[in-house]
Amino acid sequence: MATETEAASEGGLVFHPLDQFIPKSLFGDGAVHWYTPSNLTLWLAILVLCVIGVFVLGSRGRGIVPSRIQSVGELMYGFVYKMIEDVTGKDAVKYFPYIMTLFVFVLFANYLALLPMSYSPTSMIAITAVLGFGVFIAITVLGFVKHGAAFLGLFWMKDAPGFLRPIIAIIEVISYFVRPVSLSIRLAGNITAGHVVIKVFAGFAALTLASPAAILGIVAIYGLEILVAGIQAYVFTILTCVYLKDALHPAH
Amino acid sequence: MATETHETVASACLDSHGGAIGMPQLCGEWIPHQIFWLLVALAATFFVMSRIALPRIAAVLAERSGTITNDLAAAEELKNKASEAEAAYDKALVDARAQAQQIVAEAKAEIQADLDVELAKADEQIAAKTAESEAAIAEIRDGAVKSVTDVAKATAKELVAAMGGKADAKTITAAVTARMKG
Repeated sequence: MATETEAASEGGLVFHPLDQFIPKSLFGDGAVHWYTPSNLTLWLAILVLCVIGVFVLGSRGRGIVPSRIQSVGELMYGFVYKMIEDVTGKDAVKYFPYIMTLFVFVLFANYLALLPMSYSPTSMIAITAVLGFGVFIAITVLGFVKHGAAFLGLFWMKDAPGFLRPIIAIIEVISYFVRPVSLSIRLAGNITAGHVVIKVFAGFAALTLASPAAILGIVAIYGLEILVAGIQAYVFTILTCVYLKDALHPAH
Repeated sequence: MATETHETVASACLDSHGGAIGMPQLCGEWIPHQIFWLLVALAATFFVMSRIALPRIAAVLAERSGTITNDLAAAEELKNKASEAEAAYDKALVDARAQAQQIVAEAKAEIQADLDVELAKADEQIAAKTAESEAAIAEIRDGAVKSVTDVAKATAKELVAAMGGKADAKTITAAVTARMKG
């Protein structure tokens, strides 16, 4: 490839850690329009197929004694269900399908992105922003629909000293609007950073002297990324549950 | 939007070698693409989860917990039955013991009654025999006394006759009777 020959003339090291995030059209070399099927489309399709595989084909037997894949699906089901019950409360169980979808989407996207040659949707800030702002807008609308103007009581600390209340209210409002931003940047940042670091280590592997350390580094970072992938999906979900709790029970 | 028809550089965010300029994530040109396919994938995931997967898993879990509850209830019932059977067995055992004791007592009472009757009969017989024997003894004794009297009378008569006297029977009898009393 042209880049490699040029890089070789620059001194043997090839660092293009961000190239992995470029969407490429699946059919032909043309520009990537909004409707173009790209590698992002491919990996999102694989994600949906994996979801179907685990949750639909896995539970096909409907066994009283579950098969292996079925028990994985049941485990995730019970995990998210219990999280909603514990964090948000029993009245939030009707939002379970939405939260479960979020969790499964983020989890599968994170883990599929760890496959070599794959494409990671959750490293796209636009994608995580849609998820984060989607959660934010849905929860805010839900709060106003359920409680009307009383939802604003979320920002008004009744048990704080009187002169502090406006200041606290301002802080609360700011922190409320920062929620979707932090939610989306946390996820995209973690996944992007992990992938970039792995690519940088992979670039160092081209040096004969540094390659053992680089490969060791890749293995170590990969192990860390396996943790991060799960933890970020968990954090995204549990924060959604916490925010949902504010919408359902705005009183502090 | 990307409207250029360049052969190799298909985007404003790519350099002449196809590498990224800056972060591809922040390239505004690709953001509609990402959001569109995200929404498609999310809709598909949500459809699969909410329509097929979650109801099915919920049903399986409910069925499982139902089965477990039923089995536990059945086990409880069987346990109760077993303890009932044990109680019945114990009761039967106690009853049998009591009955056995009663039978033993009855048999004892019967035997006792028989024994008493037999004893009374035997006592009666013994008394009768005793009385009979006493009567026989008295008769024998009387007979003996009479014999002695007769022998004494006869001896006395013979003695008197030997001594040359002539004794009348009346005198001798009186004398012997007097002596016998003495």
